[in-house]
Amino acid sequence: MQVMRLGLPLSILLMWLGMAAFGPLLDLQPDHIELSRILASPGADAWLGYDDLGRPLWDRLVVGARTSFFVALWVVVISALVGTAIGTVGAYVGGAWDHVIVRIIDIFLAFPGILLAIAMAGLMGPGVDNVIIALSTVGWVGFARLARAQVLSIKQRLHVEAAVAMGVRHARIVIRHVLPLTLAPLIVEASFAVAGVVIAEAGLSFLGLGVQPPAASWGSIIRDGTRYMLVAPHMVLAPGMILMLVVLAVNLLGDHLRDWVDVRTRRVL
Amino acid sequence: MLRFMLSRLLSAAVVVIGVSSLVFFLIHLVPGDPVEVMLGESAQPADRTALRHALGLDQPVAVQLFNYFNGLLHFDLGVSLHSQRPIAEMMLERMPATLELAVAALLIAVTIALPLGALSAVRKDTALDHGARVISLLGISIPHFWLGPLLILIFSLWLGWLPVSGREGFSSLVLPALTLGTALAAILSRMVRATLLETLNEDYIRTARAKGLGEYTVVLHHALRNALLPVITVLGLQLGALLGGAIVTEMVFSWPGLGQLTIEAIHRRDYPVVQACILLISVTYVLVNTLTDLAYVWLDPRVRLHEDT
Repeated sequence: MQVMRLGLPLSILLMWLGMAAFGPLLDLQPDHIELSRILASPGADAWLGYDDLGRPLWDRLVVGARTSFFVALWVVVISALVGTAIGTVGAYVGGAWDHVIVRIIDIFLAFPGILLAIAMAGLMGPGVDNVIIALSTVGWVGFARLARAQVLSIKQRLHVEAAVAMGVRHARIVIRHVLPLTLAPLIVEASFAVAGVVIAEAGLSFLGLGVQPPAASWGSIIRDGTRYMLVAPHMVLAPGMILMLVVLAVNLLGDHLRDWVDVRTRRVL
Repeated sequence: MLRFMLSRLLSAAVVVIGVSSLVFFLIHLVPGDPVEVMLGESAQPADRTALRHALGLDQPVAVQLFNYFNGLLHFDLGVSLHSQRPIAEMMLERMPATLELAVAALLIAVTIALPLGALSAVRKDTALDHGARVISLLGISIPHFWLGPLLILIFSLWLGWLPVSGREGFSSLVLPALTLGTALAAILSRMVRATLLETLNEDYIRTARAKGLGEYTVVLHHALRNALLPVITVLGLQLGALLGGAIVTEMVFSWPGLGQLTIEAIHRRDYPVVQACILLISVTYVLVNTLTDLAYVWLDPRVRLHEDT
């Protein structure tokens, strides 16, 4: 069970990381068109077959891994930094500031799912940069809400009161005595955020709002594949399977992290 | 109780105003000139001026904002740039399809999640529990835009049982609803399992068992009913994901709902329609969440009593 829970997801994630990091070093031809091989099924010369333009599917999936990995990395880092900063300031300063921040969080939470990201990506036009901006605009809220809740409870603790009584500067208190205690739940949140962003990026690309051709995203490969499902199901099956495995692995690790961090769920879940 | 309801409604109103403002400012967030983006770079200056005037973009922002809210209050959402039709009318046409899809997905999700989650809790740590948890984890990890094509491939193309796309009769609803409902079913079943496990540890369950009630009665009548309260809140919150997922699902199945209208409008750069769709979907979500909160208070006497004192 332990191997299932940790070993498998970790190796999937390492594979994803490896594809993203070392993809450019491999001898890949993601844009090379082989007209005689259009929609060809998996075979000896290309183990995942060819796409609708005659490009080797595996090579395109590796490039897609790079897209999804870097979008996920950027979005989660930006969201976590911005969200944590906003939530922490709100909770620590309190008063009118906190009130305004809570309202803003409520308003952003009122947009269902990736709707706001779809709208922003749609309005700003396609492209990886815009995908990152759109998803970060949506992503910070979760971190802000969590950081705020954490800081609200931590700032009541004795060690913070003691620091205040000793005249330590507030910035130092927040950085040295408050933020380190919020890290564990924020890391759990970040791990689930990675799963969300991977799906969202692929979703935007599926809708034609993400990366543009000839660049590859798992989502846009699936979209192209849906037109040829009867003759070339591998074009839909392969990118979807790899996408699902990555998301599954991230979710499994997230679950594991959460159980490990939160003693309460150890009993229940 | 009354005070709680009023304050909840008030904060919902604030959020709705905030959401509307954000949607209004979205078009101003577009880098560069929205009119140029809509018409393309080769447009004639006269056309640009005309469109800018038609959208009211030649007026000061404050005036634009006032006109926008004034229009909203009269249910006037403007006119589509593409079809020149009133947007409210276009949305009313599309709404039934989205509602039908959402309700069907919700029903599927609850039908799957309740028995799966309950069984999983009652048979905790058995093979059945592990199986159910693996299934729900898969359900959470599988994106709509892959599950949809996968179901089409299996049930429409290979088996030929159900139509590939469109909205004609009950059979065309099955695959989209299943696509949209699966993730929700997975989340709900995890939630049902967790809350039921917690409830089964309560004193009143021990009492019920001690007085000799059958396990069936204990679980179904005593535990599950109380375990469902938090599930209802999650259901309300997950409705947002459902509405977001509906956009993608509608695109996969060419389902003529609001989601499809939104994406079509984005690709046509018909920004007034995009704004109106985003606004309608978000406001619906806020309203449903407010109702969920109120229903929760009404359903759970403990919350009610606590608020009264």
